[in-house]
Amino acid sequence: MSKLLFEKKQVVVPGDIIAEGMDYLPGKGAFREGDKVISSRLGLMGVKGSIINIIPLSGKYQPNRGDTVIGYVRDMSYSSWFVNVGCAYDASLSMRDATSDFIERGASLSNYFAVGDIIMTSITNVTNEGNMDLTMKGPGLRKMIGGKVVEITPAKVPRAIGKQGSMISMIKEKTGCTLFAGQNGRVWIKGPTPEAERLATDAIMLIEEKSHVQGLTEKVKLFLEARSKEIKK
Amino acid sequence: MKYEKRYDGREFEELRPMEAKVGVVKNAIGSAMFKIGKTVAIAAVYGPNDLFPKFLQYPDKARLRCHYNMMAFSGAGDRVRPGTSRRSKEISMVTEKALLPALDLQDFPKAVIDVHIELIQTDAGTRCAGICAASLALADAGLEMKDLVAAISGGLVGQTPVVDLDKQEEDFPNGAVDIPIAVLPRTGELTLLQLDGEITKEQLKITLEFAKKGCDKIYEVQRAALRAKYEEAKK
Repeated sequence: MSKLLFEKKQVVVPGDIIAEGMDYLPGKGAFREGDKVISSRLGLMGVKGSIINIIPLSGKYQPNRGDTVIGYVRDMSYSSWFVNVGCAYDASLSMRDATSDFIERGASLSNYFAVGDIIMTSITNVTNEGNMDLTMKGPGLRKMIGGKVVEITPAKVPRAIGKQGSMISMIKEKTGCTLFAGQNGRVWIKGPTPEAERLATDAIMLIEEKSHVQGLTEKVKLFLEARSKEIKK
Repeated sequence: MKYEKRYDGREFEELRPMEAKVGVVKNAIGSAMFKIGKTVAIAAVYGPNDLFPKFLQYPDKARLRCHYNMMAFSGAGDRVRPGTSRRSKEISMVTEKALLPALDLQDFPKAVIDVHIELIQTDAGTRCAGICAASLALADAGLEMKDLVAAISGGLVGQTPVVDLDKQEEDFPNGAVDIPIAVLPRTGELTLLQLDGEITKEQLKITLEFAKKGCDKIYEVQRAALRAKYEEAKK
C-alpha cells in the first residue's frame, strides 16, 4: 500500500523520504530509490494526482519558455544583444526579434538597446545547454525608462502578483506607482514621488519576507495603509 | 598515560552542543551557520554563474568550487596567518570532493557554483563543521541534492576511541588520532575519510561506528535548521 509521508504544502528538505510504494511518481525535485520517493530539493510538498512535485522556495531563476522577464542588457554583437535575466547564463536577443524596424547594415545597435538598459522581454526558447532566445514582440514588452528594479526570490513572484493580480494591483492603487513583476523575480517600480517608490519597494520586500503566510494580501494592505498615514503626517 | 575522562566531561560517544542556522548571509543565494562546541563555520553559496576562463568549464555539468578559510582571529589567541595556505587549499579540495556525491550538477552545464566557507572561531573539527554548513547552504540555494552531507571527526585520544575531538584532545600529550569523515546519512555512504596517526583495525571500526552515529545526530540538527527557516517565516 502506497502512502505519503508528508502532507501537502509541508516543508521538505533534500533526502527526505516523502512517499512509500510504487503508486506515487517522482516529478520535479524528487527521485525514486527502490520503492521510496525521495525529495531532492528544499521546497514545499506538492501532489497532483499520483505525481509528486517539490515547489521550490529558494534558488536562482530557472527559465521557462514563455516567461516574461526583466533583463539587463549586458553586451552586444553585430546582430544581437546579450541580456542578463538572472539565471546562470546570458540570453540572446536577435535583431529580428528585437524590432520590426529596418536596420541598415553597419548601423549602431545601441540606438535601440544600449548596454545597461533595462528591458521587459519574453523567453521564446530554452535549450538544455542553457542557451536562451528572447523576443521583444508581444504586448507590454519594451525598454523600461526610469524607475527602479527590486529583486525577490523567483519562487515568490506568484505571491507578489496575487490571484488574478490582486496583490500587485492593490499596491499600484495604494501607492500610485506603476509596477511590473518579471517571472525571474525582478520587480520594476516607477512612481510619482521617491516616497511612493520607497513604499512600494517596502511592500514588495514584505511579501518576500512573509511569502507563505496565509492572508498576505490583507497584511500588505494594512502595512500600506499604516505607512501612508505616517507619510501624510 | 590513559585517557579515562574527557577534558570537558563529555561521554566518549557524545558530541559537543550543536547549533545550525540557515539564511545568515542575505546577499548569498544560500547560506548557513554551523556551530559545534566552540567551532563556528559560516558558508555562503553563489551561483550557478558563468564560469571564466572558459577552459575551466565542463560542457555537461556545473563545476563546484569550494573555498575554505580560517579567519585571522579565529584561533586560541595566536593569530592565524590570513589568506590561502597549503592546508586550506587541501581542505578546500577535500570539502569539494565530500560535497560532490550529494549534488546533481547536470542542470547547469558550463556554469560554476561557488561555496565560501569561513571559520570565525575554531576549536578543532573545522573541516567537518565547514562541510556541514556548506551542505546546508547548498540546500538553501535550492540546488538538486541526493541528500545532505553530515561530517564529524572520530579518533583516538591516548588509546581511547572518542568522537568529535576538540583542540585540547588533539594535542593530548601521548598522541591523538584524528579521523574526519563525511557521510550521506540516508544511505550511509562515506564521502570523506581522512586519517592522521596510527590506529589498529579494531580501533578504526569502533571510531567509525562512533562517528557515523554522530553524523546521524548532526543530520537531525541540519534538517531541523532548514525547516526552521521557513516555519519561522510562517508565523
